[in-house]
Amino acid sequence: MELLYASCVGVLVSCGVFLLLRARTFPVVLGLTMISYAVNLFLFSAGRLTINKAVVLGTGADYADPLPQALVLTAIVIGFAMTAFVVILAIRGRADLGSDHVDGHLVKNSAESKEQK
Amino acid sequence: MTLLWIPLLSLIGSVISACTGKLSRNLSTSLTALAPLVALGITLYHAPAVLAGETIRYSLAWIPSIGLDLSLRLDGLSLLFMFMILGIGLLVILYTRYYLSANDSMAKLYSYLMLFMTAMLGIVMSNNVIQLWLFWELTSISSFLLISFWWHKSEARKGARMALAVTGAGGLALLAGLMLLGDIVGSYDLDVILASKAIIQSHDLYEVALVLVLLGAFTKSAQFPFHFWLPHAMAAPTPVSAYLHSATMVKAGIFLLARFYPALAGTETWFILVGLTGLTTLLFGAYIALFKHDLKGLLAYSTISHLGLITLLLGLDTELATVAAIFHIINHATFKASLFMAVGIIDHETGTRDMRKLNGMWRFLPYTATLAMVAAASMAGVPLLNGFLSKEMFFAETLHQQVLGSMSWLIPVLATIAGAFSVAYSARFIHDVFFNGDPIDLPRTPHEPPRYMRVPIEILVVICLLVGMFPHFMVGGILSAASSAVLGKAMPDYEVALWHGFNLPLLMSAMAVAGGLFIYINRKYLFQFQASLPPLNAKKTFERAVLSTISWCQLKISHIENGSLQRYLVVMLGVVLLCAGWPLFEMQELAGAMPRTPVDVHNAIGASLLIIGAIATVIWHRSRVVALLMISIVGLMVSVAFTRFSAPDLALTQLTVEVATVILLMLALFFLPQYTPKESSSLRILRDLSIASTLGVVVASICYALLTRPLNSISDFFIANAKTGGGGTNVVNVILVDFRGFDTLGEITVLGIAALGIFKVLSRIPLYMPASDGEGRPWARERHPILLANISHSLLPLALLVSAYIFLRGHNLPGGGFIAGLVTSIAFILQYMAHGSSWINERFGVNYRKIIASGIGIALFTGVGSWFFDKPFLTTWFDYFDIPFIGKTELASAIVFDLGVYLTVVGATLMILASLGNMTADTQRKEVNI
Repeated sequence: MELLYASCVGVLVSCGVFLLLRARTFPVVLGLTMISYAVNLFLFSAGRLTINKAVVLGTGADYADPLPQALVLTAIVIGFAMTAFVVILAIRGRADLGSDHVDGHLVKNSAESKEQK
Repeated sequence: MTLLWIPLLSLIGSVISACTGKLSRNLSTSLTALAPLVALGITLYHAPAVLAGETIRYSLAWIPSIGLDLSLRLDGLSLLFMFMILGIGLLVILYTRYYLSANDSMAKLYSYLMLFMTAMLGIVMSNNVIQLWLFWELTSISSFLLISFWWHKSEARKGARMALAVTGAGGLALLAGLMLLGDIVGSYDLDVILASKAIIQSHDLYEVALVLVLLGAFTKSAQFPFHFWLPHAMAAPTPVSAYLHSATMVKAGIFLLARFYPALAGTETWFILVGLTGLTTLLFGAYIALFKHDLKGLLAYSTISHLGLITLLLGLDTELATVAAIFHIINHATFKASLFMAVGIIDHETGTRDMRKLNGMWRFLPYTATLAMVAAASMAGVPLLNGFLSKEMFFAETLHQQVLGSMSWLIPVLATIAGAFSVAYSARFIHDVFFNGDPIDLPRTPHEPPRYMRVPIEILVVICLLVGMFPHFMVGGILSAASSAVLGKAMPDYEVALWHGFNLPLLMSAMAVAGGLFIYINRKYLFQFQASLPPLNAKKTFERAVLSTISWCQLKISHIENGSLQRYLVVMLGVVLLCAGWPLFEMQELAGAMPRTPVDVHNAIGASLLIIGAIATVIWHRSRVVALLMISIVGLMVSVAFTRFSAPDLALTQLTVEVATVILLMLALFFLPQYTPKESSSLRILRDLSIASTLGVVVASICYALLTRPLNSISDFFIANAKTGGGGTNVVNVILVDFRGFDTLGEITVLGIAALGIFKVLSRIPLYMPASDGEGRPWARERHPILLANISHSLLPLALLVSAYIFLRGHNLPGGGFIAGLVTSIAFILQYMAHGSSWINERFGVNYRKIIASGIGIALFTGVGSWFFDKPFLTTWFDYFDIPFIGKTELASAIVFDLGVYLTVVGATLMILASLGNMTADTQRKEVNI
């Protein structure tokens, strides 16, 4: 089970990183989302894999580790806010630059923007 | 306590004088002089005790945890320097009043001077080495400001930069040296360090620390080969040169040598390093000074040479050499400051400092000339003047040392030669400027300066004379106090006196005077020889070094930072790979000792779905809608995984967030292209694939290693205390709203900030509104399908009820503010989708920014509320009540905090989605209430 879980995290990281390295904004956002899944699962695994254990006091003798869960819970919400921010930034970039390339290449004045660099 | 006032007063004086820009020059000068006068008074008040051999200390705890105290001391050495700093400082303030033209901002110069004075006082009074270093750096900075005072001149800017670069670099070395010393001794306290000579000198790192400290001292005191900044610092106004670059700041390095003499000196290394550096500087400076046509250039090299002399004295292995060094510090400060001021007058009156033009000044400035000649004679070491006495002592000590073993006889010979050169340049100074025919096309016809401009020179020259004739009476006390502070014991029995009988040092003096006059008379040949040497321009060399360093750095930066985000990401991921992968190689065994859980069929199906979803996303990533559908499978499987592994709170959160994310990305696709063009080359794809897969393998290995090792969690505390301390049985929620409530407060604040940032980014966006989808099909005409509208109507109250239920039970059962907030948001988003934002705004008209603000506000005030009960921030209160019809109910303050969380989540999520959605709805953009 542990091996399977770790492989899932690994696959998510690989796919996320590959998408992260693409040149257009939308795949990058997908990559970030994927990596945040992986990170959340990884953090969650710090409490080890616990199947059918109690989470609410008084419902069992053996409890799942609540601390990673609490940490991951807020991480999920913050992750959403950050994904949203990146998405909106991508939309703004598209609107301002006319292109959704991550390096912000201007479609018309690409020669000029190269000069500025 | 009064000690603290000395540097504090000059600091206050710096502020005061900065404010005197609008006042008259006299008033400005008087106000500026006030602070150093009082400080001098305080110093004099303490002087008798210090002269009697006492060390006065004052200490104020500052940052005790890192051993940094505001700690002051006043011993003989400090006292001597404080007299020089405050006394000459006062004279310089008076002199500046007449020196500066009306165009220059006197208040600014005064303010910088006082800042410098503070720094200098701080150095000499510090009883903590880190504090000493802080003031040391402050002198570099204030010197930079003062040299670049005439910032419109290129040479001033370059000189200032050079001085800052050299002394600043030395300062860093000094910091390293002092930290090493502190580490060796175990304390940054100067008293402790000075008392630990044996520990320091037997330590392995003694040489390293010594060299670092010496680097600091030598750069500051312009010792060869770091001397080159000082002549360029002469671009500063002359009062600054007189004060900083002859009397005080360049002596800070000497002070440092003297200060650490008890701890660092006494070894072979010290004598060789300090002695030889001093000797080289002494000879080099004296020789070059002769060839300088600029008066200030001559004085600058002469200063370098004299600083070398003092350094050499500190590097000689006799105790009297140290006394002579301190004596020469006093003498050099007096005659050199007065010479600089005299040069300032000449420059001021004639408009030039070039000795080839300045001749015969005696006729125009007889009074100034007399003063300058006396001071120059003192510089040359003519009897009856103070310079003679210390030079005589210097000659005597060179005869007694054993620094170079059998070659020690070289030092007195070289010292005499240096003495001869110093006589020669002094003679040139006197003869070329005041006699030697007529002036050659001077910009102005000189006449005597205002009366009070000469007063500072007069005072200094009188001191030169008095010390020269009655040395014991004038400086005996302070010399003995300062020497015993440096040597760490009483001054050796020695009488500073004018006449020691016919002896070898007297002969050396006579030879130096005769030799100097001989050199001067035959200077023509020397000048010719010097002119035939290849020119060496320190400024150009330095500038070239600076420029080539900058262009080299720019080249390197452009290699790394070429403006491509993809590339930066590759670099960053590479670093992550290295940092995360390296420890794996050092691990003996990947798998830990925990027994493995068997794989069951449910988990296998879930995992395969997740993996298929992830890979499908990558494969179809260019077709964006498909990729979005694929990634939502992954999200769904993640929440299923949370359910499976006993984390219902997480599963609920992930599920709701997933819905919100997919809606968000769908909205985003309206504004972004729906297909990604094929751009990456095969090589690029290969590179990315290898980085991605390696990183995946590394993370998977770490995860596996983590999962198979036994758990040692701190969570038992939370489980044990959730009910008794936090009043809830859902431990995750209790952690969020109680144990780690402060974290949660920070997190909802971030959420709010992100939402506000999105609102801001979207405002005034130049909209790109596609009329059709990616394949050219026009949008459906029916925007709000009737079926969806009707169902969503009936769904809203139900969804809100569910969300209220999840919220209320959250403390004891899975749920809580975060999840309830997301459920509410989704219910509203459904309304947006079904009816359009204008329909919603007509009916609800809520301002989401206010909701966010009230949410964070409620959470914050719940926290603050506990202060009213004398409890720390965010302490939870709860109790049980019998409420009619409901029964025994628990009421906890945590639920109010959770309400804040709920409101923030609702506000932020809706603001993010609605502000984006609003734009799709209204093609003509109306002012919408977000």
